[in-house]
Amino acid sequence: MDFKDYYNIMGVARNAKQDEIKRAYKKLARKYHPDVNKADDAEARFKEVGEAYDVLKDPEKRAAYDQLGANWKSGQDFNPPPNWDEGYEFSGGYTDGSGADHSDFFESLFGQHFKQGQPSRSQAGFSARGQDHHAKVSIELSDAYHGASHSITLNAAELDANGQVVTKQRTLKVKIPKGVKQGQRIRLAGQGSAGIGQGGKGDLYLEIDFKTHHIYRVDGHDVYLDLPITPWEAALGATIKVPTPDGQVDLKIPAGTQGGGKMRLKARGIPSTPPGDLYVVPQITLPAADNEEAKELYRQMEKTMAYNPRSKLGV
Amino acid sequence: MDDKILNGLLLDETITLSLDDLCQACSSSNEWVIELVQEGVLEPSGQPQSQWQFSARCLQKAHTAMRLQRDLDINLSGIALALDLLDEIDRLKSRLLQLENAAK
Repeated sequence: MDFKDYYNIMGVARNAKQDEIKRAYKKLARKYHPDVNKADDAEARFKEVGEAYDVLKDPEKRAAYDQLGANWKSGQDFNPPPNWDEGYEFSGGYTDGSGADHSDFFESLFGQHFKQGQPSRSQAGFSARGQDHHAKVSIELSDAYHGASHSITLNAAELDANGQVVTKQRTLKVKIPKGVKQGQRIRLAGQGSAGIGQGGKGDLYLEIDFKTHHIYRVDGHDVYLDLPITPWEAALGATIKVPTPDGQVDLKIPAGTQGGGKMRLKARGIPSTPPGDLYVVPQITLPAADNEEAKELYRQMEKTMAYNPRSKLGV
Repeated sequence: MDDKILNGLLLDETITLSLDDLCQACSSSNEWVIELVQEGVLEPSGQPQSQWQFSARCLQKAHTAMRLQRDLDINLSGIALALDLLDEIDRLKSRLLQLENAAK
């Protein structure tokens, strides 16, 4: 398993004082909290910092960790030396089972003590509802148009027959209903952690996250498409084929279309209630003057069209 | 793997929750939710309290508030401020994305 350099993770020196460690933790926890930081690795960093703090804030755990030596580097292959923790006494620890989020490295060092210190889960008369789980599901834009079913894999902490926390992987198939939008959530009742005693199971919340599409942009229920058009289509008007997530449509470009505007195709956005719109943003592109004939056409335009696009600039 | 396809509840604009529903969904006390309402974090429709209706957005905010309180030890006015600023950041980010695309 990989060694974890908790001092390095916290960005403090090995001889840092307890209040310095606490300050560093508070700062990093605010920085990487997954509700605040939307980066993909924020949650992993937040957990890593939490684990480092769990060890370094506890003088006994810190002392035991320190005697592993200062020569270890994060990511190095590590196995705890036999009886490495002799003479250290651990107290406290977790009460909510969150220890299952910790790394194998942490578990190998402090796992046993944590389990011994925990009150038995089968205590008579104590009940609590299971924890809710929160996860993201990445979908394609077409899934929002047509609905789909997605397989998602979750790592969940569970208690085994001996009352020990084990991480179990499970895969669920979930229906993504037609008409979902970015950031919306689906609640799956009873798919969270098991409860304690008479407490019911927690729920699973899945947050919808659209994968970036190579031609469409999504804003709420509306969808945007950049549409390249020729100068003569823009100037003279034309009826052209346009892709939409629901299939091709014919779009009439009015004569005199300028770039930068947008055309609305009502109710061709995400089919929710009410449906979103599809906005087509025309972008006029110039054909290259890469042969004598093309150059001649541009020269003719220059001669016959009195056009100064810079008249407003006074030049 | 179980091949059964699970049908969840889409928490869209049509969903409303009573005070009790919201408390149950957050495993929280009524008092905690009432404090969030008094702080202006959650804005239920309907009066009096027994008629309160919370939107799915309220549930999402309550969940975030719960995590911020648990993980960062922030008090309720701090949470209210953080949630407002997070909303503002979201708005600015989507505006920025629009402008970046328009400038392409």
